[in-house]
Amino acid sequence: MVEEIGTNEEGELVINMGPQHPATHGVLHLVVTLQGETIKKIEPHLGYIHRSIEKMCESLTYRQFSYVTSRMDYLSSHINNHACAMCVEKGLQVEVPPRAQVIRVMVDELTRIASHELWWGAMAMDLGAFTPFFHAFRERENINDIMEETCGARLTMNYIVPGGVMADIHPNFQKRVKSFIELFRSKIDEYDELVTGNIIFQNRMKGVGWISAEDVVSYGCTGPVARASGVHSDIRKLFPYEIYEKLQFNEILETGGDSFARYMVRMRELRESVHILEQLVDNIPEGEFQAKTKAVLKLPKGEFYQRVETARGELGVYIVSEGATTPYRIKFRSPGFANLSALDHIAAGGKLGDLVASMGTLDLVIPDIDR
Amino acid sequence: MFITNYIKEVWGAVKSLAKGMKLTGYYFTHHKEIITQEYPDNRAELVLPERFRGEVVMKHDEHNEHACTGCTACELACPNGTIKIITKFDISPEGKKKKALDTFIYHLELCTMCNMCIEACPTDAIKMAQNFEHSVYDRRQLTKKLNRPGSKIREGVE
Amino acid sequence: MPSFENITNAIHTWLTTHLSAGWAFFIELVLVGVAAIALFAALGLVLVLMERRVAAWMQIRLGPNRVGPKGMLQSLADTIKLIMKEGLTPEGADKFLFNVAPYVVMIAAMLLLAPIGFARNLQIWDLNIGVLYISAISSISVIGILMAGWASNNKYSLMGAMRSGAQIVSYELSAGLSVLAIVVLTGSLRISDIVQSQETGWWIFKGHLPAIIAFVIFIIAVTAETNRAPFDLAEAESELTAGFHTEYSGMKFALFFLAEYINIFIVCAIGATLFFGGWMPFHIGHWDGFNHVMDYIPSSVWFFGKTFGLIFLIMWFRWTFPRLRVDQLLNLEWKYLLPISMVNLVLVTLVAIKQWHF
Repeated sequence: MVEEIGTNEEGELVINMGPQHPATHGVLHLVVTLQGETIKKIEPHLGYIHRSIEKMCESLTYRQFSYVTSRMDYLSSHINNHACAMCVEKGLQVEVPPRAQVIRVMVDELTRIASHELWWGAMAMDLGAFTPFFHAFRERENINDIMEETCGARLTMNYIVPGGVMADIHPNFQKRVKSFIELFRSKIDEYDELVTGNIIFQNRMKGVGWISAEDVVSYGCTGPVARASGVHSDIRKLFPYEIYEKLQFNEILETGGDSFARYMVRMRELRESVHILEQLVDNIPEGEFQAKTKAVLKLPKGEFYQRVETARGELGVYIVSEGATTPYRIKFRSPGFANLSALDHIAAGGKLGDLVASMGTLDLVIPDIDR
Repeated sequence: MFITNYIKEVWGAVKSLAKGMKLTGYYFTHHKEIITQEYPDNRAELVLPERFRGEVVMKHDEHNEHACTGCTACELACPNGTIKIITKFDISPEGKKKKALDTFIYHLELCTMCNMCIEACPTDAIKMAQNFEHSVYDRRQLTKKLNRPGSKIREGVE
Repeated sequence: MPSFENITNAIHTWLTTHLSAGWAFFIELVLVGVAAIALFAALGLVLVLMERRVAAWMQIRLGPNRVGPKGMLQSLADTIKLIMKEGLTPEGADKFLFNVAPYVVMIAAMLLLAPIGFARNLQIWDLNIGVLYISAISSISVIGILMAGWASNNKYSLMGAMRSGAQIVSYELSAGLSVLAIVVLTGSLRISDIVQSQETGWWIFKGHLPAIIAFVIFIIAVTAETNRAPFDLAEAESELTAGFHTEYSGMKFALFFLAEYINIFIVCAIGATLFFGGWMPFHIGHWDGFNHVMDYIPSSVWFFGKTFGLIFLIMWFRWTFPRLRVDQLLNLEWKYLLPISMVNLVLVTLVAIKQWHF
């Protein structure tokens, strides 16, 4: 890989950013070629946290395998479980009770807020501001408490199961979500005061890491990265699942295509998710929280695909079934992997500081990229 | 005008910085907003929600009786091979042979608290406990035997 | 009322009456050295704790609260830990430069202590070009940082050192120009003269808008010169892991760390001296009663109070703002601070000539 001298034939400096580096937030390894402070080339190296989740899933039953997916994109673990559950339900042709659908969407949106909160804090920390990280955790902690009460865990909940949800919502759930919405509405403006409006921050973000709509499509970027370049990619709108069709919400689109646009998409999504929660919190229908399913699930022979919108983009679950109790093959189309592939295109030509900003706004979660 | 734009730019920049400083200054002076929990000190007041998944335990009543029939549904449901159930054959007074639980082995070090075993249990014999302080110096201590010594199955549980 | 002035005078007279002039001078030198090192150690402990408290409270945390009462001994515990830690020298490093660099930075910080007036008549060396001396010596520390970065044989360290070089050399200019504004108003480079000229009021109040602009530029420039956030590009941990001190550990790292805090203290002391009257009490025009009350507060309390106020300001910056990018950092200096401070200097000169200041 890199010679000891540290420069390549053209005399450019080659540095190994990661696998242990404060800005990569995990074990991502970037081989960065630099000319002075300017980036010439970025080569991501993966494999440091490969746990062969897809292969593991082949030996687990349809009930068991979704818990492993919480460990992929651990910041939107509910949404991963949701995708798996829906894919299995598609195969089983199970109708999910409306109460379960609403609960699922609510925990999804809570997860999305929690994920964006963490992204916001971590990205500000990448840019050198430490305080936002702690302020973001204050609100995120509230969501974690709600999750802890209803789902029994704070990060890898395994709450959404084939057929519905594992347990009914806690009696306090609605009350706590309401108080969270109230708290969040009062604190979200502080985020703008502390970071968004800050002139140093804006200079660091605006015009940095620009990517065109065509490149977004050809790299397969999804989620906020695509929407920041003006590409419609919200699965909740394009391929509505559960009750998203009946909800009032907007697909957030920006046209800037730079880091600031990606930042603004996520900040506006935070408000939009709260808006969705407000619509649902008082309208949870009565009824079953889980459909009746057999103790041992068997999917018919065939191929099943389901996509959802995670906090990072489109997650696809593809199951090939041979009619047995375990899947023949599972493939996850993770949003982080496609988004990372655009990193070289986005950050090359910028300064080293821009790489950190671009990487922050791509919102990379390494276990999601490297399953 | 170049000069007015220049001054406006500088003024706007200073204002945006002052805004952020006002916020941090507010939190600096308002210590009521501090949210830190002093964990080992607040152990007495620390209340975990009843659904919190800390470890799997087996419910025993006051007669040292549990509800586990040794059906191994939990063992099959577990994705990690956390649970190992050893069964034995009890001879009932009528002389009939009956399958019963001998040892419920629970590997806490392998457990991911996915709640799947609890869901699978037909007799509601096991549950999740709220204890989360599992650190020990030797990992062998994490392999636990869940049924208490001398315990037997409750009457009427099939 | 015992003051530092009485103590130093008593020591001086005792020494000169009991010993020959040469020996007395030598012993005084040793005493000053010991006092300076003691001050450094104390400052290091206090400032690290202060930074952690300020950071914690701004981040809605509690901060250190385990070691000693209210966590007061936290930085002492940190120091003991750093002393016990092994000081590694990497295999490919230039061993001599690598080991010398922290001391260069430290000595540069120590030299800056000489002309600062801590209290009424308490000054190590009241030389007639005090302000010039300070701006000359403060640029030496960059040599230590460059040495550290180069000798580490680490690419991150090298980049950090180069950034730091560009940064300190640039910001020296506007720092110098804003200091010059006060020199123009006072008409002297001597620190004691500058303090004395503020007896009727501090320059930040007397000098109208130009003095305030000069102060703002000064505080920005010194933040950059001490490599503090938002200008901490030399160590920018999210880009360069730890910048120029990536390879340092143990006590050598602690020296860099201490030098950073000492530098902050010194630049803030200079800021307090130039703009806030050093050890001069707060006086308002003809309110004799009020002025009298203010005079009762010891001069050293005034000096340290003002200095710590400025240090708090710099810490406040650090825990609020994100970091600038390297080209933006230089833009800020050459396109904004330098032109503004030049125009400001002209304004100050006008004020000084026309005697518009109070």
